[in-house]
Amino acid sequence: MILHTVNKSPFERNALVSCLGHAQAGSSVLMIEDGVYGAIAGSQVADVVNNSLATVKIYALEPDLAARGIAKEKLISGVQLIDYAGFVDLAADNTTVQAWL
Amino acid sequence: MSEGTIKKFLYLNRKAPYGTIYALESLEVVLIGAAFDQDVSLAFVDDGVFQLTKNQNTKGIEMKGFSLVYNALGDYGITKLYVEKESLEERGLTLDDLQDVVYEDENDDYAEKKSILLVSRAEMGQMMETQNVVLSF
Repeated sequence: MILHTVNKSPFERNALVSCLGHAQAGSSVLMIEDGVYGAIAGSQVADVVNNSLATVKIYALEPDLAARGIAKEKLISGVQLIDYAGFVDLAADNTTVQAWL
Repeated sequence: MSEGTIKKFLYLNRKAPYGTIYALESLEVVLIGAAFDQDVSLAFVDDGVFQLTKNQNTKGIEMKGFSLVYNALGDYGITKLYVEKESLEERGLTLDDLQDVVYEDENDDYAEKKSILLVSRAEMGQMMETQNVVLSF
């Protein structure tokens, strides 16, 4: 399967929505850098993320959330937090890493 | 600019911090510009509202954090930080998610006052019309 990474704010670029539109069932999507803003509950893109969680695993990089002051309680439930070691594990567990720049 | 002329300067912030250099550069220019004793306002619109979130901790990404600098702006005479309500709402945020930026009012016995002014998109647009110079980041 593919590990998709998204590093752009979903409120400025369509990278996250396009990624989720293409991600196949069972694949993984990792939000990093400004991409982590896509994990906030109640936002304009939260519905798209919520719907995708039914078929896709969605992760957010915890150090990037902490840097941006986004508390865990603000996140869409079902989005899993990982650290850099978890990022490496995800990359190793998948056949390809596809970056949505 | 002739000596003694005070113009209204607006710094328009529309980018999230850390992902790009815009937010930090804006803050640098604001601090430099503060030396010129102009009528300065900051606007936080679109992803710019993310610059003011509380509890930013950049240790894990090994970058310099600068969110606490906003709270020092009052010492430089910068006391008007306009934050757009719709921009917050679209991002799942409220005013409670932002840090308390305050200043000491020298015209009111140094009483501590809030610098953040929550305004609607319509009010933000009207405020922009009143400015002489707009610097965009």
